[in-house]
Amino acid sequence: MHLEEFAEGNSILHRLDPRVKLMAAAPLALLVALMQGFQGPARGLLLAVALVAIARLNIKKVAVRLAVVNVFVLMLWAFVPFSYPGTEAFSIGPLAASREGLALALGITLKCNAIVLATIALLGTSQVMNLAHALVHLKAPEKLVHLFFFFYRYLGVLHDEYARLRTALRVRAFAPGTDVRTYRAFAWLLGMLIVRSFERSRRIYQAMLLRGFHGHFPVIDHFTLGKKDMAFGALMAVALLIIWRGL
Amino acid sequence: MHISEGILSAPVLLAGAALGAGGVAIGLRKMDYTHIPEVAVLTSAFFVASLVRVPVGPGSVHLALNGLLGVLLGWMSFPAILVALSLQAVLFQFGGITTLGVNTFNMAAPAVAAYYVCRPLIRNERRLAAVAGFSAGALGVAGAVVLIALCLITTGEEFLNLSKMLVAVNIPAVLVEGALTAFIVLFLMKVKPELLNLKENVDA
Repeated sequence: MHLEEFAEGNSILHRLDPRVKLMAAAPLALLVALMQGFQGPARGLLLAVALVAIARLNIKKVAVRLAVVNVFVLMLWAFVPFSYPGTEAFSIGPLAASREGLALALGITLKCNAIVLATIALLGTSQVMNLAHALVHLKAPEKLVHLFFFFYRYLGVLHDEYARLRTALRVRAFAPGTDVRTYRAFAWLLGMLIVRSFERSRRIYQAMLLRGFHGHFPVIDHFTLGKKDMAFGALMAVALLIIWRGL
Repeated sequence: MHISEGILSAPVLLAGAALGAGGVAIGLRKMDYTHIPEVAVLTSAFFVASLVRVPVGPGSVHLALNGLLGVLLGWMSFPAILVALSLQAVLFQFGGITTLGVNTFNMAAPAVAAYYVCRPLIRNERRLAAVAGFSAGALGVAGAVVLIALCLITTGEEFLNLSKMLVAVNIPAVLVEGALTAFIVLFLMKVKPELLNLKENVDA
């Protein structure tokens, strides 16, 4: 499973302290999500595009992500302008699209793309484990972070288990269709995956006890807050103010 | 089956975040340190399972399996779903960080409902267990879809038609999810009854 597609680059954003990036991404996303109209969201989108450019990400991969996210946005365009009351902009047969509805759909499109791009540029450029570690520093509940840690650590392992079970089905000439046989086969496969995950978790816990686990993980890597991190934090604060208030 | 960024209104986002946080807090209190590896690796399994495409006629549906998760984990479904959704938000931008609370609640609340309604019916009687399994799966998806539709309609009347369509297109998913969950429950009864807190093996 190749998951952290955007974390492998080498830009200033990749090197920044993940704590600072989290502290910048969360308020930015929240601010854009809560704004009305489309001027604010448009400014947010501008900043997000700039961040993606600074992160020097693979444009093709970013475009693929955006395309997936915009499928739902497209559905909105198909429904919202025709359901929102207001002055008519154009009509297709009996359906009339309102200007207000079109403005709303545009606002949502800008917001959605702005937040998604900002998330990719700010959070996608960190290793997931580093983000989890940063959450500990930002006082997230420790149990929740531990849960996340084990979940992410064993995701790849369980995916391999799943791939093995799928191979076992395939070598037995399994051809999925819409029938009870298929559903039962999938159910047994998933049931087996759950059983194996349960048994593995037992072994993990025993191994932890063996190594003296008592509810606490020692941290080996430490973050250092440098001048660049401080400067980036300050810049982002100014950018947020501009997005909120305009120039 | 998550709501994307930038759509919901502020009150809906905030209410969702508050309800989600409340559920997660209860779940974390119920989850002591001995449970963490179990809940976590089970969450990994469910995450992988949600990638499976199950054929339905010419198309296919993805499984949510939140009903089954609820049957197995109860209130701990809240933290389990939260960590899975956060990973999706950061890595794939499905859902999103501002909608994390509302999406967690929409998926986890039906899971907890399945825990209270369906789990007690899963005893050593296979037919009743199959019915309970089907209901848990169907309730999980149907509950989530209805909650998503409610979030959209509370945001604005203009989302009414879209919400109706969302509910309609998810009806096959509800049925498939119910069928699969029933089979999985029967499988677990036979192979790993202790996962369902059943003491002895059940005869086929």
